[in-house]
Amino acid sequence: MSWRRKHLIDVDDWEREDFELLLEQTSNMDSILDRSIKKAPALRGKIVVNIFYEPSTRTRTSFEIAGKLLSADVINWTASGSSAAKGESLRDTIWTLEAMGADAVVIRHGEVGVPYYLAEKLKKASVINGGDGTHAHPTQALLDLYTAWRELGSLDGKKVAIVGDILHSRVARSDIYAFKAVGAEVYLSGPSTLMPTDINSLNAMYEPNIAEAIEGADIVYMLRIQRERQDAGLFPSLDEYHRRYGLTDKLLGKAKKGALVMHPGPINRGVEIASSVADGPQSFVLKQVRAGVAVRMALLYLMLGGVKE
Amino acid sequence: MIKKILMTAEEMDRTISRIAYEVAEHLKGLGDVVIVGVQRRGVSLAERLQKGFRDMDGVEVPMGELDITLYRDDLTLLQDQPLVRSTSVPVNITGKRILLVDDVIFTGRTVRAALDALMDLGRPSLVQLAVLVDRNNRELPIHPDYVGLKVSTDKSDVVEVRVKEWDGDDQVVLWEDGGEG
Repeated sequence: MSWRRKHLIDVDDWEREDFELLLEQTSNMDSILDRSIKKAPALRGKIVVNIFYEPSTRTRTSFEIAGKLLSADVINWTASGSSAAKGESLRDTIWTLEAMGADAVVIRHGEVGVPYYLAEKLKKASVINGGDGTHAHPTQALLDLYTAWRELGSLDGKKVAIVGDILHSRVARSDIYAFKAVGAEVYLSGPSTLMPTDINSLNAMYEPNIAEAIEGADIVYMLRIQRERQDAGLFPSLDEYHRRYGLTDKLLGKAKKGALVMHPGPINRGVEIASSVADGPQSFVLKQVRAGVAVRMALLYLMLGGVKE
Repeated sequence: MIKKILMTAEEMDRTISRIAYEVAEHLKGLGDVVIVGVQRRGVSLAERLQKGFRDMDGVEVPMGELDITLYRDDLTLLQDQPLVRSTSVPVNITGKRILLVDDVIFTGRTVRAALDALMDLGRPSLVQLAVLVDRNNRELPIHPDYVGLKVSTDKSDVVEVRVKEWDGDDQVVLWEDGGEG
């Protein structure tokens, strides 16, 4: 089997075998991170441009490190202080980048669909979605999947509980699809005000009682709570959110013994997750960060080589 | 079209034992030696050499596997991006004597890539190369130290080393003009 995808806009058109191929490729990249010389020449002469219209440290840095470990030249283009501030349209910006020789463009944008639009407009470069609005965050889903697969092996029949602000979460949308595609069962929980009205379309089970949702879970995935949602009146206070939906040691006791605790970061200690859990032996948060580098290496390698349709 | 059976299973066994003896003689013992097989059939042959050393001297020589995909010099020319296989060398190779093992040496480009990949893992004191078949047509100034069989081929021929683990049987076959088709 070979890799034929030129762009990564979402994982919702991936087959199980695509995920499996990527997991295996990622594990071979992962071992590079343990070497004393963490560099391989595969992407010499390739240019990767990160364009982030929303703030992000870990995703952008992770792409930057991944590209550099494979010897690509990585350029960061931030929206503030750039031509975007001078009113240049997105389309002109990316045409400019392509004219400068970009082989891949990693984009994060607040609007849904921007990566898709860019993929249509670019003539040569690959587009990787680094998160678009509330729509998708495919590389996060892939690194989450890899973290779980590396620890648990096959995810067939495993129970994943995703808890928190499902409504605004592109991470949840992409994770639900990815985990289900490899055979896991996904349960969602959180306040009903933070659930989408079309929750059934997400193809996962909704369990308002968090203790029930977590019961026997192999993976407990906590989503970040954005403080501005409180101002919008979606929940009364961060304290109250923590009391009802925060992951404490006691609540984690409901999950399967040794269950993996995951979070996309950055974490709000004392809101969606208690500090003792975030720092505890079941926390995989930092393993997720490392997995992020390996998964992005695998993606850049596969997408930047060969001749794509 | 099949041109010739270059080695039978029995001949492969005997050749690998002979190479094991040659290595031990030439290196004056197997101290500090690490066998590194190039993915994939080089790994199978490396395992057999490891067994050869065990049968001969009762010593367990450490063995690792090396994937050269990320170091190839033709990545920008290929239609399909080749998939990466595992690299796993269980010991620190710095200061060690490396016996690099591959099934066939042809242009020498794989060995060039393997040397680069190896150097990213550490700084060995010595690297030597063992191959089952040397089929000539070198494009780089690289030569093996231990050779199972030397054979003259045309550039368009294919030398196929078959191993039980991947192919169901052990033998070496010379195909004319691009293989089975």
